[in-house]
Amino acid sequence: MNTLALPTEAAAAPARAAATPRPATSEAPWVRRLLIGVALAFLTLFLFVPLVAVFFEASKKGWDVYLAAIVEPDARSAILLTLTAAAISVPMNLVFGISAAWAIAKFDFRGKNLLLTLIDLPFSVSPVIAGLIYVLVFGLQGWFGGWLQEHDLKVIFAVPGIVLATVFVTFPFVARELIPLMQAQGQEQEEAARVLGASGWQMFWRVTLPNVKWALLYGVILCNARAMGEFGAVSVVSGHIRGQTNTMPLHIEILYNEYQFAAAFAVASLLALLALVTLGLKYIVEQRVKDQKRAVGDRSE
Amino acid sequence: MLLSRGLLKRHSVLPGFDLALGFALLYISLIVLVPLSAAFLKTFTMTWAAFWDAVTSPRVLASYRLTFGASFAAAALNAVFGLVVAWVLVRYDFPFKRLIDALVDLPFALPTAVAGIALTAIYAENGWIGQFLPFKVSFTPVGVFVALVFIGVPFVVRTVQPVLEDVNRELEEAAATLGASRWQTFSKVILPIVLPALLTGFALAFARALGEYGSVIFIAGNMPMISEITPLLIITKLEQYDIAGATAIAVVMLVISFVLLLLINSLQTWARKRQGGV
Repeated sequence: MNTLALPTEAAAAPARAAATPRPATSEAPWVRRLLIGVALAFLTLFLFVPLVAVFFEASKKGWDVYLAAIVEPDARSAILLTLTAAAISVPMNLVFGISAAWAIAKFDFRGKNLLLTLIDLPFSVSPVIAGLIYVLVFGLQGWFGGWLQEHDLKVIFAVPGIVLATVFVTFPFVARELIPLMQAQGQEQEEAARVLGASGWQMFWRVTLPNVKWALLYGVILCNARAMGEFGAVSVVSGHIRGQTNTMPLHIEILYNEYQFAAAFAVASLLALLALVTLGLKYIVEQRVKDQKRAVGDRSE
Repeated sequence: MLLSRGLLKRHSVLPGFDLALGFALLYISLIVLVPLSAAFLKTFTMTWAAFWDAVTSPRVLASYRLTFGASFAAAALNAVFGLVVAWVLVRYDFPFKRLIDALVDLPFALPTAVAGIALTAIYAENGWIGQFLPFKVSFTPVGVFVALVFIGVPFVVRTVQPVLEDVNRELEEAAATLGASRWQTFSKVILPIVLPALLTGFALAFARALGEYGSVIFIAGNMPMISEITPLLIITKLEQYDIAGATAIAVVMLVISFVLLLLINSLQTWARKRQGGV
């Protein structure tokens, strides 16, 4: 039966293909397959293999080594410092993002385009230079170096410097998510709230904030991921004092340079996990933001 | 009150302009503008000759060549393959497409140090990929290139993807009706529409690569004159307490970054006009 069925099926396939010709605006099947193959090969080579390698290298020496690398005191203090830096810098940039977006999206003022360019500026500055500029301001030979030393305060090679560098590199994330959405939403809803007697803060909490919550969350997720993973800027201002000024990425560098590869990859796997969670959350929130933008677009048409 | 009276073009019933703009300006000045100006002011304390020596010594020149060359090559590779990836994600269906689409942003989410040690491990001579390559990658300029390709992947894909989604299918149908082959339709109709976005993505990837540090230093081996990138040289000078020298190089890089930022802004304006015009 099977041997009989095969030739007929094989004969039917080209017949079907001939019955429904390829639309003129799509490519031949072999071109499609080739392009999909090229795209997947490229992404596999440069993205997926490195990601898998992190988890593979972390688990190579077994569960005990993995766990020991993570609960060891230096690692724990690095994790704590990373969480602290993110917990301070993300809310700071959140407040800035909201106030910048409020001024830019809801009002028409001179110098708006300049302000927009300035907000994007930190993204075009190398992380290393981001660290360096704080050394020039707060370092021992910097502007405030002498004054800080007299008052026994430390910014560079201490936690405040790490927080400042993190704030700088994550500066634009929230603002640049909020501004386009709030510009698209216009002023009518807020104006209506005001006319109906809402106070400024009532309007903000009940109208503005609910309207932008998904975009806000999206910005915070990206901001947080960068804050926890920042390496170059923090590396310049940290001083690499073990157990005191080492964040997780810096701890990974130290372990790696000491040839403790399994331990380095174990700590790295935590950050890789964070990256995967970030991408998952980002994907979910992205759908919401897209829906909302579509809704805004429909209303304005 | 002063801000709203001086700057507002039109009166608004909405509250909070002074507070919002005032806080934003104060914050941006303290965090970004004042520290950045410190870099420029620091170089003014140097004589012109000292500045010139610092930014044109042979070791520094070698680092520019490597940084700019590898960044350009990596951005160019990303432009080609990023276009293919964006095309495939927009036009075709295949298993796990959504997952793969989401993973394109991995370089944005994965800390650079993690990427750096992972790339070093797999491209090492006995690594998963390194063992099949006839040439050395880790601890050579090729390694720098590989790391910069990794961090640049999302830029081209994410700038080209939305433009491709918006391409009017009727244009392609018209081209086909008029007898154009599929390749002619792509190169004469689709590519010109996508070109501004493609160039923007290339410029973004290039700009990002110039300043990249974390993912490069592990795989580069950092040999002076051979595989030492400019950002690392800034750190090296800083560690030798040559703060003026470090700042001089930083200022050169900053000026280049700002020029690139202006270029990218005008590319984006061009892209918007091109899209609006079609």
